[in-house]
Amino acid sequence: MTKEKTRMKIREAVSDRIFYAAVIVIMVVCLTVTLYPFIYVLSMSLSDQGSVMRQEVWLLPKGLNFKSYVKVLSEPNIWTAYGNTLFYTIAGTLINVVLTVMMAYPLSRKRFFGKNVITFIVTLTMLFSGGMVPNFLLINSLHLYNTRWALLLPGAISVYNMILARTFFAGLPVSLNESAMIDGAGEGTILLKIVLPISKPILAVLALFYAVSHWNSYFNALLYVPRLELQPLQMYLVRLLVQNQQLMAEGGTDALELAMSAMQTKYATIIVVILPILCVYPFLQKYFVQGVMIGAIKE
Amino acid sequence: MKSINNKKTGYFRSQVLPQIKRDRFLWLLILPGLLYFIIFCYVPMGGLVIAFKDYRPLKGIWGSNWVGLRYFAEFFSSPFFPRLMRNTVLISVYSLLWGFPVPILFALLLNELAAGPFKKVVQTVSYMPHFISVVVLVGMVQSFLSPYEGIVNQLITKLGGSAVNFLSESSWFRTIYVGSGIWQNFGYNSIIYLSAISAVDPQLYEAARIDGAKRIQIMTRVTFPCILPTAIIMLILNFGSIMNVGFEKINLLYSPAVYETADVISTYVYRRGILDSQFSFGTAVGLFNSVINLFLILVVNQISRKVSEVSLW
Repeated sequence: MTKEKTRMKIREAVSDRIFYAAVIVIMVVCLTVTLYPFIYVLSMSLSDQGSVMRQEVWLLPKGLNFKSYVKVLSEPNIWTAYGNTLFYTIAGTLINVVLTVMMAYPLSRKRFFGKNVITFIVTLTMLFSGGMVPNFLLINSLHLYNTRWALLLPGAISVYNMILARTFFAGLPVSLNESAMIDGAGEGTILLKIVLPISKPILAVLALFYAVSHWNSYFNALLYVPRLELQPLQMYLVRLLVQNQQLMAEGGTDALELAMSAMQTKYATIIVVILPILCVYPFLQKYFVQGVMIGAIKE
Repeated sequence: MKSINNKKTGYFRSQVLPQIKRDRFLWLLILPGLLYFIIFCYVPMGGLVIAFKDYRPLKGIWGSNWVGLRYFAEFFSSPFFPRLMRNTVLISVYSLLWGFPVPILFALLLNELAAGPFKKVVQTVSYMPHFISVVVLVGMVQSFLSPYEGIVNQLITKLGGSAVNFLSESSWFRTIYVGSGIWQNFGYNSIIYLSAISAVDPQLYEAARIDGAKRIQIMTRVTFPCILPTAIIMLILNFGSIMNVGFEKINLLYSPAVYETADVISTYVYRRGILDSQFSFGTAVGLFNSVINLFLILVVNQISRKVSEVSLW
């Protein structure tokens, strides 16, 4: 009987081990699938042209060379675009965070008169919107077309992020406010001196969500800012993709060589564009996760 | 009549005004945000009126002539209408069908890993693609799939096959769209399930272990049922936006060669409404889409409230 039992136990342990091994294999596959494209792009951008032409690059760079990067970075337009993106990201995020906090804080207060009406007005915009053409006409009639404001003002507050901030503020202990009130502090003092300092985690989450979306967005620039000197990095990349396609369309062997070097340039540009995000990302990851978690509580 | 009015102003003076006065700082704070929503969200909603007018920029919105439902009729009777509807729905449905289970599976399996550096690396790497832009994603897809120098076709030709021009063949478009979407978002979308898993009562696991459950049984019979409500909410959210296919990725990924399977309502609105400056027609098509979206999310929410007592509001 006892023998039987131990045998069962061993058998179970074996099945558990097989399962665990399967899990690890699947995870390694996931890891590879996610990581490989990045590594391949990096390796292609760093390899010398001969190896690329002979199609020898599969994983690691062959014949290290920075030619593509020199080519990419000696293009003056990319610097303008980079500068623009930095500006849009910093200025835009600042506007976003300030406005979001200013909106979320009153809505988090239980006794705030008009809370429900305003919450309704705001959340309704998640369900229904004017759409592309009316937005476009609005930007035109506000004379924001082809100005930097067209990339800063539309989308100044994301309802999702606002609800995130409101949930956080509403979770703060009420006693903090009350004791400060008794000490004679005004609402402004309470917000600046008490609430905001203990809300740093949510401010970080908001800033990160907004900053990433500014860094990555091309849609508003495509729609509202055709002027090249004002366009962000992502639009530069869009133009590069289109140009490369034109190169390919010419055909022939010389074109193949051209296309190969164009492709290397493209890969190098991709690295230049995503490098800042990939560098800071591992350190900031926990804030993103935090943000999603706070959002999940609401649901 | 007058007395009612008086009563109302009386109520306003005695009840509402003091409250606003008391909260004047909060009102001051919220004012810029409120203005933002009015100007950038509600004014365009008002602008939807041009869907029913023959809008001429010189005449302005109010000076243009009413045309009733002419543009809607034009859209419904256009040969593109069935194609646009089909593509919009199919791209969503396929994205949901393939893309929805992956993060759940991933979260369940990741949860089985012992805490440690390997688990951390897997997590960090799997969230990463979410943070690259659509432009970069499409750039990578285009390069990998390009007919001569793309790695996929290099591999195919090396294995003796003949190169496929993936991005010019309409039969491939949805696969590429859905596949790249899963690659970009499965990790990030799993966060919400991981947080649901972390909230599972440890006693349940203990009880299962004492009853002699195998690991795979614990996963399928304990963990999975516990995250099911979260999954249902996510499913509702996704069903509600089934006619709401994003413009940004398709606009970069498609070309006239694959319009047959790739052209969706939002890209059509962009080409007709913005590029061709047919403002009224574009607005009408967009409005049609928005109304369907709204209707869908209301219906889906209602159904789920009845069936599972889980709802968004």
